[in-house]
Amino acid sequence: MPDFLSLDRVRFGYGKRVILNDISMRFERGRVVALIGGSGSGKTTILRLIGGQLRPQQGAVVFDGHDVHRLDRDGLYALRRRMGMLYQFGALFTDLSSFENVAFPMREHTDLPESMIRDLVLLKLEAVGLRGAAHLRTSELSGGMARRVALARAIALDPPLIMYDEPFAGLDPVALATVAQLIRRLNDALGCASIVVSHDIKDAFAIADHVFLLAGGRIAAQGTPDEMKASEDPNVRQFLDGDIDGPIAFHFQAKPLAEDLGLGA
Amino acid sequence: MRTLLLPLQWLVEFVGSVGKGARFFVHLCWLAVAALRRPRLVIDQIHFIGNYSLSIILVSGLLIGFVLGLQGYYTLRRYGSEEALGVLVTLSLVRELGPVVTALLFAGRAGTSLTAEVGLMKAGEQIDAMEMMAVDPVARVLAPRFAAAVFSMPLLAALFSALGVLGGYLVGVAMIGIDAGAFWSQMQAGVDWLDDVGNGVAKSVVFGFTVAFVALYVGFNAQPTPEGVARATTTTVVAASLAILGLDFVMTALMFSAN
Amino acid sequence: MKRSGVDLLVGLFVLLGFGALVFLALRAGNMSSAVGLGPTYETTARFDNIGGLKPRAAVRSAGVVVGRVSAIRFDDKAYQAEVVLALDQRYRFPKDSSVKILTSGLLGEQYIGLEPGGDPELLAAGDRITMTQSAVVLESLIGQFLYGRASEEGGK
Repeated sequence: MPDFLSLDRVRFGYGKRVILNDISMRFERGRVVALIGGSGSGKTTILRLIGGQLRPQQGAVVFDGHDVHRLDRDGLYALRRRMGMLYQFGALFTDLSSFENVAFPMREHTDLPESMIRDLVLLKLEAVGLRGAAHLRTSELSGGMARRVALARAIALDPPLIMYDEPFAGLDPVALATVAQLIRRLNDALGCASIVVSHDIKDAFAIADHVFLLAGGRIAAQGTPDEMKASEDPNVRQFLDGDIDGPIAFHFQAKPLAEDLGLGA
Repeated sequence: MRTLLLPLQWLVEFVGSVGKGARFFVHLCWLAVAALRRPRLVIDQIHFIGNYSLSIILVSGLLIGFVLGLQGYYTLRRYGSEEALGVLVTLSLVRELGPVVTALLFAGRAGTSLTAEVGLMKAGEQIDAMEMMAVDPVARVLAPRFAAAVFSMPLLAALFSALGVLGGYLVGVAMIGIDAGAFWSQMQAGVDWLDDVGNGVAKSVVFGFTVAFVALYVGFNAQPTPEGVARATTTTVVAASLAILGLDFVMTALMFSAN
Repeated sequence: MKRSGVDLLVGLFVLLGFGALVFLALRAGNMSSAVGLGPTYETTARFDNIGGLKPRAAVRSAGVVVGRVSAIRFDDKAYQAEVVLALDQRYRFPKDSSVKILTSGLLGEQYIGLEPGGDPELLAAGDRITMTQSAVVLESLIGQFLYGRASEEGGK
């Protein structure tokens, strides 16, 4: 099966600070891939690179045969219509109701009549279990509900690629399980490629087909969830076991303590 | 050597940011015209920007009319020219106070709300989300607001001036007792519709462009944090007010010095 | 808020705004500079000094506006100011009418006062009005006064 989405030897940084160093990844349709790693390890950066919001210094991002960063603005916009993105806190448009938020991509990009859009929106909301909340304003939604509405909006145009930025952050166990199940079910039902960026090992591993662990700007480890759990790699072990000290150090870089306190040489 | 380069670097940055601002302005004007093809969006914004500013503009206009009437009367009385009150009040309003005070109030009320709204959208990743949905946020969010603000300003300034004239009439004729006939006839003789009213309208259009641009630019480029947004709203009021007063001087010199 | 509600309010706002503009332009101001006098015919007059006379100043006869100053030029052969008067076609004046530059009020704007003469022949387009009186210049007046006083003193 030809690669649907690939990153080839991508290098990205701000000035002297390198965030991603020579990263190569492959994503296929029908599979859920989890990106895990410490804060600042570049997980969200990868999503932005795929969406064309950031430009790599070296390497290429190829989506369905198109080099994302060689496209002009119209080409990039055409490509983005085939990507769905779920933001950490939903990023719903606060001046619109839930219904209007989900209808937004349809109204902007299609010429469908209102009656048809209405049916489609209700179906999308039904898929995430919130058809009854269609009339609610964004301020009236709880955190978990807002995220589900945002998910309905992300799948409004049935995109072949859906990206999730920390979809489990700050949710209660029930909402968390709901979102996780939805991600898996939608992926299987739509046959799309899903990329989940998360800290939540247990829930991400439960739904992922493949896992990438990012550390120090490189892919420290990758494999199926079971392979990762059995791995002896120190990066993987620290993350999975939750050790506070390991390859990701506990102490932020500093002078020796004695020096700071002004004690003897 | 390093210290010598610092002011130069600062100058280059400044010129660069001016260029960036100018490019943004032209882009916004262009998109604002395109936004008229979606009248729904613009009309909604005219409602938020224009209608919601009506109360402060109308009340302020009336009050300033009262004050002009009083102050004008006391001053004119010294030269025995009380009957010129009508022309004094109207010219002051139509040429200067109407456009300028309306613009300042507008910057404070509508300008800050625009900046805060756009800044908060940016902070809540809504702008980002829109970009990822292949919708240009400048065209969809900023341009309709720009068009609505430019359209609303001259109307608000006209309402301000009209109410000010009414205020002056109420104080001068109804309260103090100046002859109503003299009030209106001297006004009509002294106020030219093109030179005075027309120039005032031209000023308010320019101010509309200014306030709208400053508010949207500052909001769009604000730091996406609560402090960033708060700072941005202050910047909008200060920058817009100074720009209005500066442009007022330039335009007054251009328009009225020929007389 | 419902669609129709928003539209109604915005429409009201726009109407009020335009209403205010119209009020200011028509009732508070005057449109005499825009509304023409109808068809006019042009005559010229030469002055030694036009003082503060400006184009579009009124030409009045017996206090009524009968025309406007359409142009002011300088004739460098005769070293005099040449003023072009556009007079309303409805009013005709004798060929020997005189024009003076007068001030409205004490410190007001200057206008042209047209006094009819007695000639049976009437002014036609392109004619020159020969009897003119220049504007009163304050400095010359003061100078005359002082000179007059001085010669008075000297004569004693």
